[in-house]
Amino acid sequence: MTDDERRRLAQLLPNLKRRAKILDITRRFFNEQDFLELETPIRSPAIAPEKEIIPFDSEGWTLTTSPELYMKRLLAAGYQRIYQISHCFRKGERGKLHNPEFTMLEWYRTGVVYDAMMTDTEGLVVAIAREFGKGELIKYRGNAIDLATPWPRFTISDLYRQLAGWDPVENPDVRRFDMDMVTKIIPALDPHRPTIMLDYPVKMASLARVKPGKPRVAERAEIFIGGLELANAYSELTNAKEQSERFRAEIETIKHEQSRDAPFPHSFIESLDYLPKCAGIALGMDRLVMLFCNATSIDEVVPFTVDTA
Amino acid sequence: MEVENCRKGTKVLLDNVPYNIEDAEFMKPGKGRAIYRFRFRNLIDGTSLERTYHSGDKLQEANITTREGQFLYRESDHLVFMNSDTFDQYLINETQLGNKQYFLKEGMIITTLFLGDRPLDITLPIFIEATVTKSDIATRTDTVTAQMKQATLETGLEIDVPVFIKEGDTIKVDTRTGTYVERVVTKK
Repeated sequence: MTDDERRRLAQLLPNLKRRAKILDITRRFFNEQDFLELETPIRSPAIAPEKEIIPFDSEGWTLTTSPELYMKRLLAAGYQRIYQISHCFRKGERGKLHNPEFTMLEWYRTGVVYDAMMTDTEGLVVAIAREFGKGELIKYRGNAIDLATPWPRFTISDLYRQLAGWDPVENPDVRRFDMDMVTKIIPALDPHRPTIMLDYPVKMASLARVKPGKPRVAERAEIFIGGLELANAYSELTNAKEQSERFRAEIETIKHEQSRDAPFPHSFIESLDYLPKCAGIALGMDRLVMLFCNATSIDEVVPFTVDTA
Repeated sequence: MEVENCRKGTKVLLDNVPYNIEDAEFMKPGKGRAIYRFRFRNLIDGTSLERTYHSGDKLQEANITTREGQFLYRESDHLVFMNSDTFDQYLINETQLGNKQYFLKEGMIITTLFLGDRPLDITLPIFIEATVTKSDIATRTDTVTAQMKQATLETGLEIDVPVFIKEGDTIKVDTRTGTYVERVVTKK
């Protein structure tokens, strides 16, 4: 072991202690509300086909990019409130906010839509802040952030029209959408308040249901705090036919644009006929820890990244 | 090369000009396409610029290497160097070196930056020592700069030195600023 390595790991101790505490508070938060903690396979034969999420191959199967499909199969079998804290793997994702292996917190409730997930997130983040004795006011990267709920909610349409001068719901240009998100939208968000972005163009719906009465948007929400994209929520799509069509179209695009074979997740699609109305959310645990450690890089909240493994 | 493989320190060509990636930022909106923001440093003039790329975009990799070389002599508008390992000679144009040429003493070992086989630039030591070949007699009329006077060094550099410096003295010069540091007392 080099001196640098010893020093690096020693310096991480306060953040890693805080990380353990946050995991503890999170588990308490869900257990007290009768959520069941679950573990599902890290290695699986088929995951949700998503063009911009590249999985690692594992002897013909793949390492999970999210536990979503397994969690929904459990909901289809009658489970009502479930959560999981799991390691997920996404190829090529490395930066201040990314490591190819990261920790995801996912939870689901039946009988609700995505609003319930936003309320849960507000509750969880405030619970952690209170436990650290900060009330509802925290400091991140030099900015005071007021966590008082409810957090401001904006539709994607309104945000883009105001900050980027166009409406992606009317004109769903995915490439421009992503570029403007990181160059125009995120930098312009209020640094002193969390922000929830709602109702994505249906083209970016993925596994979210279309908003009733608004066929051009999907009930998908993204939660941002201090410039960190923290969580992604859906009112889950429960229609097997519609989900199949979306998957088949995505598999086709992946094949055509990336020459990559994405298997069709049959077991998941078959379970959808039994999936009740439900909502779910995936939260980047490493980023939540970063927020409460005032960390600018994921490297400050995990002991070993792909570069130090 | 694909932007996915570009890192801090990767050398690339933008419009045929070599740049070093000084800072690489990976951004990825949820479920969206990866975006890379690079800050580039121009390896010739030192200016910097920022550009943003999508995953799948390509950049031209620059084959940049550094080699040790010895400054031999001037020949018309070129300076002639010799590779310390292979003893091959290479030329660098005066204009390409700019002011750096006035800090070169014959025999001096310097690091040269190459793009492929083409020498681009040199890195000078922070301090050099050189002999004063010509210096004015101090005039006491200019009160503001009365303690300084102009001198010329063996390297061709014109420099302000304290009045006590004489022709034949050796002085230490800061190559970053081109200014006088101290007189070097040579032991006899």
